[in-house]
Order: sequence, then C-alpha cells, then structure tokens
Amino acid sequence: MKDLSLHIMDIVQNSISAKASFIEISIEESHEANTYFVRINDNGKGMSPEMAAKVTDPYVTSRTTRKVGLGLPLLKMNVERTGGSLHIVSEEGKGTLVEAKFINDNIDRLPLGDMAGTIVLLASGNPTIEFIYKHTVDGEEYIFDTLEIKEVLDDVSISDSHIFKYLKEMINENLQEIKAS
Amino acid sequence: MVKVKSLADLKKIKSELQSKMDLREKSENPEKMVQVKVAMATCGIASGAKQVMDFMIEELEKRGIDAIVTQTGCMGYCYAEPTIEVKVPGKDPIVFGFVTIKKADEIIEKYIKIGELVEGIIPVNYETIEK
Repeated sequence: MKDLSLHIMDIVQNSISAKASFIEISIEESHEANTYFVRINDNGKGMSPEMAAKVTDPYVTSRTTRKVGLGLPLLKMNVERTGGSLHIVSEEGKGTLVEAKFINDNIDRLPLGDMAGTIVLLASGNPTIEFIYKHTVDGEEYIFDTLEIKEVLDDVSISDSHIFKYLKEMINENLQEIKAS
Repeated sequence: MVKVKSLADLKKIKSELQSKMDLREKSENPEKMVQVKVAMATCGIASGAKQVMDFMIEELEKRGIDAIVTQTGCMGYCYAEPTIEVKVPGKDPIVFGFVTIKKADEIIEKYIKIGELVEGIIPVNYETIEK
C-alpha cells in the first residue's frame, strides 16, 4: 500500500465484512512522543482469541474466494518497518480493535494519503453504517461523524454525488487546518 | 483567514439539492441505471482500485451517465486487479480486469455508451476455490 488511507480503507473492509454497524477510525499524531497511532474500532462480530492471534499470518483468512489474506500482514509489515507495533484486540460478539503504532519521524512512516476520499467513499458506499473519524495532531482535533452529517442531510442521501464532493472538500480543509500529515 | 467548510454550509447545499430533487427522482430505480462495482479488497486497493473508483464516480457524472458506483469485495481475480463489474441495464454483468484510468475511460466511452466490447473481459467460466 502506498499510503495510510489505503491501509485504512482495506482494514475497514474487514469491519464491514464482520457486519459492524459502527466503525470508529482514529488517528493520533504526536510530535512530542514521536508516535503516530491509527486505530480502527468496530462493533462487528469479533474473532475468537485463536483467530485474533493468527490473523497477521498471510495464510489465514475468513474468506473463501482465495486462500490468502494480506490486509493485516501488509499493515503489520509497514508498522514494524518504522519500529512500531500492531495490536489486535477482539472479542466474539463485541467487536475488534486494530491499533497500529508507527514511529512518526521514521522515514518509512507512510504518508496519510487521500484520507478525505477514503472516508467519504466508505460513508457513501455503506450508508447503513455509522462512521466516526477522529484526527488529532498534538492536541488539535477534527471529528467527522456520519450521524451528525445524516442529521443535517435529513432525507437527502449521503451517497449523493454533490454531497460526496462537498464532504470530501470539507474533510480536506479541516485536515489542513490541523496540519494532518 | 479563509473559513473552513463546515456542517452549516452543508445545510445550504442540502436545501439547494432538495429543490432539484424532483427532477432526479429516477435515480431511485437502480435497475434502470448503469451499475459499476469496483473490487476493493486488499488486492484491488493495492493495485489502484481507489483511483479507478474516484475516476468512475467523477467521470460518469460529468459525462451525464446515470450510474451508481459501489465497492465490492474480492471477486477472486486477484491477478487481474483492479477489476470492475459493469452492468448495463438489460444486459448481463461483465467483469473487466487490469482496469487503469485509461481503460476505465475506454469502458465508459465504448462499452457503456455504445455497447461495444473492449479488451480485458474476464470470462464468466472462471471458478473460484471453494473450501
């Protein structure tokens, strides 16, 4: 994957397959602690402890179309390249948390990429799932919440192409404002 | 300082849209629209499916084609990513492989607009592994 937004898009697909109705994506950049956390938390069906322990093995997958699953292994590789670590906490029936801790100033820490595009694609492609995207840079915070958006939109669909464009610009400008990278 | 876009402005956009809504009522019927599904599993995303999806959403609207573009999981053609499935009303869905932006443009111009087949179709007799 070329950037973090693509990894996030990929990992969130796992949450969607796990029938989550609520997915929280949070990114926390800290220059002082030199860390860059990416957390994806869902209320999907979760995994057994055995499965959770081996999902970063490329030859483990829950799908049937093919026998390899590279989403988490690729993320793990990119996290560990910076000297960071990947944690997965999951409970059956409750949900899963994937936490990637990157070392921020490492040259291998991937850039954020088109996060606005990723969030809007996910939200408009899955109108029945609620997404919260929280981005913090040294204490400065931006929160995007689809529940809030849907309240404003009322009966207009979040998947409408005009709304799509507007939301993308809105997220992009707010991320620039807090200097997300 | 330039004001950052916020939810308050979204309200305005929404009411503008609502006034135009009646004209666009037809979009409620997906059977009459072109349906494009972009395979967005790890394999697709890593090979650039997101750019293809952005391109499709933007260009289909610009070119005035009534279409819905959605994401789907891996269709089992990882070797041929990015793959997209295109369903034109009244026809069977067709899966195209190795879809670059250039290919996507060709698919819109030739297949979607005038029904002419383009190279890169994945035959339907392909079987995925069952376990």
